[in-house]
Amino acid sequence: MKLLRMKPGHGEIVLAEGDVDVPEQERELIEAFRRELDAGMWAAVPTASPAGRREAELVKSFDEVPRDAERVIFFPRAAGGAPASKL
Amino acid sequence: MGLALGTATVVLIVLLWELARPTMKRTLASTRELWAAHSRAGAPSGYDPGRERRAEQRARALLRSCVDERDWAMYRDLGFLRVWGGMGEGGRGADASYAYLIYPHKPIVAYMCATGELLNEYCVAFPDHSKPYGSARLPDSDDVLAKWMALTADERRLVGEANMHLPGRQVDPDRVRRDLARLARWELERARTHASARTPVAGAGDSRPDRGILPAA
Repeated sequence: MKLLRMKPGHGEIVLAEGDVDVPEQERELIEAFRRELDAGMWAAVPTASPAGRREAELVKSFDEVPRDAERVIFFPRAAGGAPASKL
Repeated sequence: MGLALGTATVVLIVLLWELARPTMKRTLASTRELWAAHSRAGAPSGYDPGRERRAEQRARALLRSCVDERDWAMYRDLGFLRVWGGMGEGGRGADASYAYLIYPHKPIVAYMCATGELLNEYCVAFPDHSKPYGSARLPDSDDVLAKWMALTADERRLVGEANMHLPGRQVDPDRVRRDLARLARWELERARTHASARTPVAGAGDSRPDRGILPAA
């Protein structure tokens, strides 16, 4: 499993990577996961619906991440408002 | 006589000082501002076009790896993503009654699938306050992916976080209508291409063209 974070001026960076079935690596993943949530990030897991359509799932704790998930993507939490310019 | 001259000189100097002081203060202040502006202009802003381009390339690769092939092609060809609304009677997917258009760093626009009527603009941003390179702005495709993930995962929450406005506040409604027409043409063209190639369409559940949006003329 990879924990990725979107970053301005860079694109995504890999925060942590490991096998959830290896206790030590899982611990590292959990710590990195908590750090990002504490920093105010949202965490999403790319998934596929039963019909095969791709979508995402927002997770609030590491327990909610499916064990077979390949990636968790962190991104800054949504805030209302956008630049006031016409498209 | 000397005392009188001395006193007059002192009084004259004081008077001149009092007269000149406001002008001198203004001049000093404007000089300070000019100097500060000059220093700001000379300082590196942290913006690097090459770095931003590489960031956007990474973001596009990430977006591509997360969405359906069809959605990726839509974004690549048209510059926006369509996400079906999930809170209507038809649920998300082929029978959705409304949908959203996601533009990079622009409000999300909701519209009715059957008529193309614009419903609302949802102003939402994902500012990274750590500003690693001096800007809180994600690359364009990361912004689109963040909106896509938040919408498909928890539409109600994202809509709740956004500032809702009537259509036309930030995104030109004529532009959106043109984009819907482009989307309809794009879907027809794609369906034709796939039919002639006799290959299955990826994300078959979404293969329906937008209903009734293609302009008559």
